[in-house]
Amino acid sequence: MNFRSNLERVLSEGKFAITAEIGPPKGADPNKIKEKAEILRGYADAYNITDNQTAVVRLSSMGGSFLLLNLKLEPIMQMTCRDRNRIALQSDVLGAASIGVRNILFITGDHQSFGNHPDAKGVFDLDSIQLIQIIRNMRDKGIFQSGDKILSGNPEIFIGAAANPFAEPYELRVDRLEKKIEAGADFIQTQSVFNLDRFNGWMDEVRSRNLDKKIHILAGITPLKSLKMTERMKFHVPGVDIPDRIYERMKKASDPKAEGYNLALELINDIKKIRGVHGLHITALFWEDVIPHLVMKSGLLNR
Amino acid sequence: MIITRQKDISDILESIKEGPVFIIGCSECATLCHTGGEEEVKSIEEFLSKKNIKTTGWVILEPACNLLNDKRLLRKYNEEIKKANKILVLACGNGVQTVSEIIKDIEIIPGTDTLFLGEIKHLKEFEKRCITCGECIQDKFGSICPVSRCPKSMLNGPCGGSINGKCEINENIDCVWDIIYKYLKEKNQLYKLKEIKKPKNWSKSTEMRRVI
Repeated sequence: MNFRSNLERVLSEGKFAITAEIGPPKGADPNKIKEKAEILRGYADAYNITDNQTAVVRLSSMGGSFLLLNLKLEPIMQMTCRDRNRIALQSDVLGAASIGVRNILFITGDHQSFGNHPDAKGVFDLDSIQLIQIIRNMRDKGIFQSGDKILSGNPEIFIGAAANPFAEPYELRVDRLEKKIEAGADFIQTQSVFNLDRFNGWMDEVRSRNLDKKIHILAGITPLKSLKMTERMKFHVPGVDIPDRIYERMKKASDPKAEGYNLALELINDIKKIRGVHGLHITALFWEDVIPHLVMKSGLLNR
Repeated sequence: MIITRQKDISDILESIKEGPVFIIGCSECATLCHTGGEEEVKSIEEFLSKKNIKTTGWVILEPACNLLNDKRLLRKYNEEIKKANKILVLACGNGVQTVSEIIKDIEIIPGTDTLFLGEIKHLKEFEKRCITCGECIQDKFGSICPVSRCPKSMLNGPCGGSINGKCEINENIDCVWDIIYKYLKEKNQLYKLKEIKKPKNWSKSTEMRRVI
């Protein structure tokens, strides 16, 4: 079988995949991306390049993906619906495919009010599910959203989407996943897992509907670097669920950074055993050098 | 109803700079919003007079968006309007423009900001209900509109950020997707949310004219 990307190959062969996030810099210096990439080289199967995450202006995800391709590393380019309408989104997917991007993760995106340009007009012409369906039709049927035919080259993209098992109302969470699968998503990266009980509940429902056979699920892991970061994520980042038990451990720790590392390792070891989880997506904001240690220590280096 | 908010009084003063002023209110939405009724017009008149800005007169149009009616009513105030250096309009953005179609030679100052089409929840409390998108699809969501009430206009919501039924961008706003969910669940109609809602036809929102 011909695989569109290394990530697709790894997941299709039933191997446990690792993806890691690289946040682009607030500036045009390519070395910032290269430095992070070299730290992570060899420890992940593909690398997410975020798209102006939390609505803060940074080097574009397409630019970042291009830099990774030049380093012979495989990007997962992220695209949000916040800053572009359907014309720009479809155009950027064609552009990305043309420079060799083979994985794209489509999300609706953080609202502009969270970022450093809260006065901006949010676009939100589409939501993530509509965008996924449009890109699937471009890839598989060769048509644009308008119905027009693609004339020279369908974008061969391995389609990613996000899922948040921890957001309310819980009852709709697996329905949303199912809609993303129906729309055309090939793989899922979940919101960072801290509440293992809740994640297990979500996975139980995923398996009972047989969805783990229809899509590759990568569980999100975020090592907590400090008590301050724990509190910011627990109390101020929408959609993140840090249970009191973990908060207390971080509070009581004499070395919170070491405790955050241990917590991440424990979570990885628990999540590895969950049936239907096909990999991990590790996000370590401003702490990229912890990722190689986590991967080695959890025995995932030679998967 | 069209919901307006009175501009900051110092901004109004800055725009007027020099009087005298003729003030125009509106009998409908702006009156119910307490931004352009008789009470508000008189209160601005009083404020301006304390700042030594004279008011030549005032009128409440019935309502300000009715061109022919405005022409008729404003004719009666011809003298007072002629004496004015600025016209302050306490009506919605539509009202301001209808007045400016009639009064051509005097500068018109909008005294309110027009916010949205909304509901009067309580006295002086309003909530957005419509963005006049031109294509009503509320039947798909239990007659609750995510286009206007979800800050991301998500048609396949909810997003992952709702906390205790509140919107992630403002904890004082109920998450409309939480409202839709609870309503459809009670009606046993959650299946309505399983179907993928297609991209919206925004061309309907750019219609500029309708003639009957």
